[in-house]
Amino acid sequence: MSIGLEHFLAVGAILFVIGVFGIFLNRKNVIVILMAIELILLSVNINLIAFSVYLNDMTGQVFAMFVLTVAAAEAAIGLAILVIYFRNRGTIAVDDINQMKG
Amino acid sequence: MTFWETIQAIGPEVILAVGATDLLLLTAFSKNPNVIRTISLISVLLLLAASAALLGPASHAGNLFHGQFRADAFSAFAKLLIFLASAVAIAMAPGFLKREGEAHGEYPILILFAALGMSVMVSAGDLMMLYVGLELSSLSAYVLASFARRNTRSSEAGLKYFVLGALASGLLLYGISLLYGFTGSTVFEDIAIALATPASEGIELGRLFGIVFVLAGIAFKVSAVPFHMWTPDVYQGAPTPVTAFFASAPKVAAMVLLTRLVIDAMGPATDAWRQIIIFMALASTILGGVAAIGQRNIKRLLAYSSINNVGFALVGLAAAGLAGVASVLIYMTVYVVMTLGSFLVVMRLRGADGEQLESIDSLSGLARSRPGLALAMMTFMFSLAGIPFFFGFYPKLMVFDAAVQADLAWLAAVAIATSVIGAFYYIKIVKIMYFDEGGPELTTEKEPVASGLIALTALAVSPLGYLAIPYLETATTEAAASIVQSGPVVPAAPQTLASGH
Repeated sequence: MSIGLEHFLAVGAILFVIGVFGIFLNRKNVIVILMAIELILLSVNINLIAFSVYLNDMTGQVFAMFVLTVAAAEAAIGLAILVIYFRNRGTIAVDDINQMKG
Repeated sequence: MTFWETIQAIGPEVILAVGATDLLLLTAFSKNPNVIRTISLISVLLLLAASAALLGPASHAGNLFHGQFRADAFSAFAKLLIFLASAVAIAMAPGFLKREGEAHGEYPILILFAALGMSVMVSAGDLMMLYVGLELSSLSAYVLASFARRNTRSSEAGLKYFVLGALASGLLLYGISLLYGFTGSTVFEDIAIALATPASEGIELGRLFGIVFVLAGIAFKVSAVPFHMWTPDVYQGAPTPVTAFFASAPKVAAMVLLTRLVIDAMGPATDAWRQIIIFMALASTILGGVAAIGQRNIKRLLAYSSINNVGFALVGLAAAGLAGVASVLIYMTVYVVMTLGSFLVVMRLRGADGEQLESIDSLSGLARSRPGLALAMMTFMFSLAGIPFFFGFYPKLMVFDAAVQADLAWLAAVAIATSVIGAFYYIKIVKIMYFDEGGPELTTEKEPVASGLIALTALAVSPLGYLAIPYLETATTEAAASIVQSGPVVPAAPQTLASGH
């Protein structure tokens, strides 16, 4: 059996779903959410590169480089915000992020 | 096109990029504790210079960089709104941040970067450009939301905004990857051509999924229901000038981007996206109208009000066509003025000790203690409610008119009904200001800049605003005409993906 486009897309879709569930079902701490976000972005990269190879078009690979760069910036900013949050509250448990409601 | 002409066509972006990076160095090396005033002043001047640069080729140069960047009347109109709203958000901040003990020069610079990102966004002619612009503005926005870093609520707002914003970017990106894969291109024009070409069932399904995910990602940025859940918390927790910024410029940018995307790239798939937009419009107007009723915090209330308003703009977008697109632009223009004005008033509500008041009860008796402020707030509230003779009535009229013209009279009818529900809480605020007693004592400190801006915005949305209609109509029609194509998109050669290898 040869590995075709649909296999890559399936892997991408599975990673994407795991990432989304990781954000919503996780009740423990915010670091796990950051990891879930990375997972989503990487699933997109798999998609982009698989399509790029399949379409024989470089755009997808260029796009993947942009996504990698932005993901790095995003992680840096996310961690920075997490640090100031921890300084204020002394916890990063998801259940404790509830100062505002309504 | 020569090099110099290209630089002129991206003039506003060049000015902002160079200016913001230079200012960043200036702040980093400055030892002056008052540096925020200087930086704010220079930033406002930069934004005005960028607005002035729109007069040149930036508003009519057309496609640049192989279709990646569009410099047309549509993007120029949106950029003008974005730059002016950003300038107001910068001008209103220094005093506030000083009282909070967070007067860092980075605030105006982050807004400049956000404005740069938004200006790239509204000019995007390619999904890659769209993504990079969107991320530049979002990343700046996450930092801005948590700018009062010693304040628990502000850091929580930043965290919530970041997590949900990153999720939305993920959804958007996943949609983009599918759209790219199943249409074979990231350029809007080529996507439209591919979408107009019939393909096999599997490919059509993939395209549909792509469209849904992309719309979901952008719906988050405009905070349309069902992707609105971050809005009340972030608006409440973020420092007030930042909230004012979030409610104005990024909303315009995301709305304009959404418009360009659905009209330009997804034009041939109108049936697919129109249902989604109609659903979001209905859900946003209804939820925004109903959920605001029980709110006690004025920033939260304004958050629901912004969800409600986005719903009305989406009604105009659902109508599509020249009238629909023009009505979206008119709606966003007037909305920005109203919302900036309301937040300027909220910022002026400070107790005798200078602490910021945010509960709706603190407005009671405002008409006696500060008649001018109460009059301005009344103008904004009546305008937001869309009460006739106030200028806020006009954009609603345009939006509903476009919907009726597009055979969506039922949608307009439902939206009008929710607008009546929404009028309840706007009028309640006016009632509290004019008829309730016993509000807290307010500070008597003078703030000429804020007062001037409040007077200016209040005048613009007062009945006097109707004088601006001829100009507004000419500008929006011209802007809309630059993206709405007259003829149908020509189907191209067979799909690349269908053959594959």
